[in-house]
Amino acid sequence: MKPLQRIGLTWPGLILFLAGLTVFVGSLLLSQYRLTDTVLKQTVKPAQLAAMRTATAPMREKLYPNAVGFAGDLKASIAQLNAGYKQRHQDQNIISDSDTLTILKAAGTGFFPTHTGLFFGLSVLLALFGALLYILPDYTKLPGIKNDGIFNNPATNGGWIGYIVAALLIGLYVLLYFYPEYLTSWLLLFDPLSYALNGAGATQWFVYGSLYTLVILVMGVRMLLKYRGNPYQQLRTASVMFFQLCFAFLIPEFLSFLHQPAQDIKSFWPLDYSFYFDYRLDEKIKAGSFGLFLLAWGTALWMIAVPVLTYFFGKRWYCSWVCGCGGLAETFGDPYRQLSDKRLIAWKVERVLVHSVLVFAVLMTGLVLYSYFSKQPALFGVLDAYTVRSVYGFWIGSIFSGVVGTGFYPVMGNRVWCRFGCPLAAYLGLVQRFKSRFRVTTNGGQCISCGNCSAYCEMGIDVRWYAQRGQDIVRSSCVGCGICSSVCPRGVLNLENADDSSRVLDPMPIIIGNDSVRLRP
Amino acid sequence: MNRLVIIGNGIAGITTARHVRQQNPDVGITVISAESDHFYARTALMYIFMGHLRYAHTKPYEDWFWAKNRIDLKRAFVNRVDVAAKQIVCDDGATLPYDALVIATGSTPARFDWPAVGRPHPRRHGQDLTGVQGLYGLDDLATMERDTTGIRQAVVVGGGLIGVEMAEMLHSRGIAVTMLVRDPTYWRSTLPAEEGELIGRHLRQRHIDLRISTELREILPDASGRVRAVVTTAGDELPAQFVGLGVGVVPNVGFLAGSGIDLNKGVLVNEYFETNAPDVYSVGDCNEFRGPVTGSDGATRKPIEQIWYTGRMHGETLAQTLCGRRTAYKPGVFFNSAKFFDLEYQTYGTMNATLAPDESTFFWQHPRQDQCLRINYRTADRSVVGLHALGVRLRQAVCDRWIMERQSVDTVLNDLQRANFNPEFSPFPDPQTTSTESRKSWLQRLFA
Repeated sequence: MKPLQRIGLTWPGLILFLAGLTVFVGSLLLSQYRLTDTVLKQTVKPAQLAAMRTATAPMREKLYPNAVGFAGDLKASIAQLNAGYKQRHQDQNIISDSDTLTILKAAGTGFFPTHTGLFFGLSVLLALFGALLYILPDYTKLPGIKNDGIFNNPATNGGWIGYIVAALLIGLYVLLYFYPEYLTSWLLLFDPLSYALNGAGATQWFVYGSLYTLVILVMGVRMLLKYRGNPYQQLRTASVMFFQLCFAFLIPEFLSFLHQPAQDIKSFWPLDYSFYFDYRLDEKIKAGSFGLFLLAWGTALWMIAVPVLTYFFGKRWYCSWVCGCGGLAETFGDPYRQLSDKRLIAWKVERVLVHSVLVFAVLMTGLVLYSYFSKQPALFGVLDAYTVRSVYGFWIGSIFSGVVGTGFYPVMGNRVWCRFGCPLAAYLGLVQRFKSRFRVTTNGGQCISCGNCSAYCEMGIDVRWYAQRGQDIVRSSCVGCGICSSVCPRGVLNLENADDSSRVLDPMPIIIGNDSVRLRP
Repeated sequence: MNRLVIIGNGIAGITTARHVRQQNPDVGITVISAESDHFYARTALMYIFMGHLRYAHTKPYEDWFWAKNRIDLKRAFVNRVDVAAKQIVCDDGATLPYDALVIATGSTPARFDWPAVGRPHPRRHGQDLTGVQGLYGLDDLATMERDTTGIRQAVVVGGGLIGVEMAEMLHSRGIAVTMLVRDPTYWRSTLPAEEGELIGRHLRQRHIDLRISTELREILPDASGRVRAVVTTAGDELPAQFVGLGVGVVPNVGFLAGSGIDLNKGVLVNEYFETNAPDVYSVGDCNEFRGPVTGSDGATRKPIEQIWYTGRMHGETLAQTLCGRRTAYKPGVFFNSAKFFDLEYQTYGTMNATLAPDESTFFWQHPRQDQCLRINYRTADRSVVGLHALGVRLRQAVCDRWIMERQSVDTVLNDLQRANFNPEFSPFPDPQTTSTESRKSWLQRLFA
């Protein structure tokens, strides 16, 4: 008799995964770099070549053992050059960050750049294989709730493994947003895939998108197995996997292969906060009728689809079925859902914060559009649209949604961004709260106050507080993941769409089953 | 009434306190507990053990809630109730006067005198050995944690709700579990044989060694006074380093002996929860009704109700009396639910384990034999007396109304979809066609 069903693939799987991950992270230090004249000729525009030759003279032909010193020196040289261009008002000559990355990639030399296929196999594919070996034995388990040991495990109870994972994730986001030059090895690793999909070399965003999609797919398989016997969980997991793979990843890459505006057509304003920025409007206008279609489509999604679909189904139609951030939270983030803060104070902070971001996003976009159409850089001559949108992009777009929102998964739970920061979630939530058929129904007086629903609510809703008083859960933050209903040991909770007047918002103080007191006629 | 003292911070005592406070902002309320500083849901003890929850998650209200609502919490054991002087005496020496006293001390695991055979503890009862225990409160959870660490085999005695919880807890730690069940099928005292067999299959699928028609005869100690094995009435000796006792609970009223408060098994009360002592009331598991209590549907309730919901309902009702509206306890249609590993169970109305002579039954089971639904009805007019389900979620409000309105079994079967509380996309049974597909497609239901 073997009460624990895990068969013997789990440990080898974990070891292979960790080995692949180690090679992947270690590869950042693997390539050697040498800036030769050939590299410059390949990557720099002829007009700038002479200036670049002079600026990089001290480092040229020197062999650097890894990207750290090389990227530093190169960036310093280019910064000096750019400062000169700026002084002489030759902005058109400025060498951009992506140009810098192209030079970095071309300067890679030694064993690593010529064997990226081998390293891709030893890192990404090995980790993928190991992760699947680790996950697939779950198939041998019987259907049912599988939360055994979650609060005894330092990976999932906010313990030391969680902090290590958080540090790695935060590091990844900091490099990605602010120091992409140190990720050059990964760009080299993903170059072949990038050429195959969009006909150009890999950028840091291509690497990020590929990793993001892989993680959602692998952890999605885990969700599908974990919730065998639960069609709601399986369907919405399959849905986020599909939308990530096709809509967020493959279609935009394909569009960019066709030299069309590369857009994730299921993501829209105000989550996609740069949707109405000048360069993206221009890009679409330049693309002709297809570009205008994208513009109309993106506008219709927030203007029409949000109120209509949220009225019928609640915000879950987007947040836990379609959205990419939601997709990552529901798959990769599922092991961390129980870490969300359930205290009343957290709810108060959430309401102030998330609605402030929505107001900020709306004002910022209004300002950007004003300046786009009026050709005035600033409103009243003081409120500069470019500055405001840069502030939004840095603090909300990068720090909040990336570094904090995902980096802190293993510490603060998997929906930090969705709960405290996403302006689209705030907008969907307003519709859900005030005009929607969606609610989580409480089944009469059956709640035993055990607390599983509240503990596993990723949005930090104290579900039990409603359930034990016979009240339906109508909360703007609820993304309708349905986990409360799944983990309830008494079948008390159910996600339902019905006439919005039938939502029980003000239950009787004495609930069904007790006829001692008739408080209302 | 100026000073309300409540002994016990479980669901019954706390519901009383909360509902009194909602209606009366002025009365002083003190809740005394020997078990914990704050109210927690003892229904969740198993989830703490299995690592699904931390203790903090089982507290339905944040710790600031009590001060905000001016409900004083006191951690002490009550040694004595002095009904003449209207005061209680605690083990820390404190004396608390009361204008009204509510006894809500809950239960304690039932124990029988199983012999412990052999040296070196010939005089000890088997139940007193280390590693032998029931499961009711936080202390039990702590000893269970201590005594199951590193063990390989366990025996659970009794096939009720606590028994199966202990089996699941032990199983989650990789401990091999044998369950001894006295009845010929699982929980036969409450469930018909088909349901018992369905649960039995579910447990065996999960590698529980379920032994029906088998009882515990002896518990065998090792040299250190710890259990090492049990002997069953079938004569088998089963090695076990832990024995879980799930043979029921009894009211926790020992501390009231000699107080002058009438006791039988529990604190004797009338339908107003009044004891024989003036201004002393009792709610929850620990009380026992002197006369029969009848539900709104005409069904007689048990004199001792040991269910979470009834504890809450006692508290809701007594709070009315304490706030000046003397209110008799009038439970509605009975309901209860449980979960046997991954199998959910819900019951509504009167569902006798053995059919009453004037009743008939409708029973449906999924061909996979992992779901079933039973409806009992009066043979004469076909009106429904109760229904229960395994592996299917039913809507309480609908079942409640069917039973109260004495709807016929035919109406219930035709309208069964209205009681569908299964999650979206989960098929709901349609027993009349024996198909499990819901009649409306999911698309129709989404826009229903």
